[in-house]
Amino acid sequence: MAPAFLTILLVALFPLAWTFWESLHLHDLRMPWLGRPFVGLNNYIDAIGDPRFRGALYHTLFFAAASVTLELVIGLWLALALNRAFRGRGLVRAAVLVPWAIPTVVSALLWRFMFEGQTGIVNAALLDLGVIGEPIVWFIQPETAWVPVILADVWKTTPFVALLLLAGLQNIDASLYEAARIDGASAWRQFRHVTLPLLKPAILVALIFRTLDAFRVFDLIYALTGGGPGTSTEPIALYTFNALLQNLQFGYGSALSVIVFLVTFGLAMVYIRFLGAELTGSRR
Amino acid sequence: MKGRKLWPAVALVLLVLASALPFYWAVLASFTPEARLFRGPSLVPGELVLEHYRALFTQRNFWIPIRNSLIVAGTTTAFCVAVGALCAYALARLEFRGKLPLLGFILAVGMFPQISVVSPLYMLLRFLGLINTYPGLILPYLTFAMPLTVWLLVGFFRQLPAELEEAAMVDGASRLRAFGEVIIPLALPGLATTAILTFVYSWNEFLFALSFTLGPERQTVPVAIALFRGMYQVPWGQILAAAVIATAPVTLLVLAFQRRIVQGLTAGAVKG
Repeated sequence: MAPAFLTILLVALFPLAWTFWESLHLHDLRMPWLGRPFVGLNNYIDAIGDPRFRGALYHTLFFAAASVTLELVIGLWLALALNRAFRGRGLVRAAVLVPWAIPTVVSALLWRFMFEGQTGIVNAALLDLGVIGEPIVWFIQPETAWVPVILADVWKTTPFVALLLLAGLQNIDASLYEAARIDGASAWRQFRHVTLPLLKPAILVALIFRTLDAFRVFDLIYALTGGGPGTSTEPIALYTFNALLQNLQFGYGSALSVIVFLVTFGLAMVYIRFLGAELTGSRR
Repeated sequence: MKGRKLWPAVALVLLVLASALPFYWAVLASFTPEARLFRGPSLVPGELVLEHYRALFTQRNFWIPIRNSLIVAGTTTAFCVAVGALCAYALARLEFRGKLPLLGFILAVGMFPQISVVSPLYMLLRFLGLINTYPGLILPYLTFAMPLTVWLLVGFFRQLPAELEEAAMVDGASRLRAFGEVIIPLALPGLATTAILTFVYSWNEFLFALSFTLGPERQTVPVAIALFRGMYQVPWGQILAAAVIATAPVTLLVLAFQRRIVQGLTAGAVKG
């Protein structure tokens, strides 16, 4: 077992410490004559004053809030329906797994293709249905460019959320519903007072899990909009990537990396605390 | 009452349709001549051609990224399952101090945002001369693949009754031998599921592959596809053909083992 821990330690913790150390320096690979002077927290102060960084942070929060809300609502609805369906479980598993197994880059390109141009299939369908009178050029305005981005994420991960919630639903004792029915509780009251409270742990896990994922979003937006138009759909991970590998500002880029890490780490701690309780509970 | 009976079926049909439609459209479009892709698109197949697939292998050497992806994802998976199995067994069976924090730590490492380690890994790989090489991808892949493997395998080993190895050890087998001859054969389905999931994650990985390769000769499939876009024209037919090829192996693999994979996924996320 020692080699596995050593691998994890070497390849994960060491780089993280290095990122932090690097973030305290001015290090621009395009300007090697500047050397690598220690600048303390200057990179972090720069980040706070950087409008592109604040924009990226805002885009990430917006993306996370919009996509996770949709995924949870639709996922819960699907899970409730699937919990009652007795046939077609195999089909459901397949439908859940295919979007999940497709590389994110590929699903991003599928959605780009569907929304591309004035005569793409989405415009054609919306025109046929009479929803719009004129084709929409989706990728030239920030408001419309977000639509395929969020749809692609919802398409890829809602089935997975539904699966998590379905597992939670199947753990609820059926006799509770029977008791509620005998007491004359309506379907809505059963949902409100039996399903929701007992499903809360599963919902929380799905919520935290998805928020973490949404906060790190990179592949999807890189391949779908490239952060455009301009930088209006650029999330924090993409800005960090550009700072590092396009502009070669390693000091500044590292500071951005540390900020991403701290925020996700905070979220992850909540998740682990939550799981930790389950772990101790399941120990024999 | 009738409506209530119906809505699970409606939801099911919606789910299946919504999941399948974009992919169906992509497959169809990958066989459609370029000139017709944006002229009155229709879900009904019209004239079908193989030109995009042919162009992919004759003009773009698409077999190179396929080869790269197979080597990188395959090596990562083999290494992770071999080393991770021992580590997971120890975590599942042996009692030692700091076990819970260790499990939490492994989980936390698995949830690191990849972007936060790109800069040091880049400098480390540059220092070692490993940028644009296979080890230069496999090494970073271990950061996310190893925790995933260990985490899934701990779950699988826990399900096996401890009496099995205890009996073998009473009969005089060492713990290592009990592990090799009793546990491994029984855990084979779990090991296979873990291997498939690790392979799928490595096959689909994008950020590291984009950051640590420089040119087509070491790019993996997702990177190659994402960089297809030309300066002036987007070769949609070829992009979609490549998308179908990139997706087919993982999809088939996942569908063949779907029941077990769903168990592994939900266990990893819900039960731990």
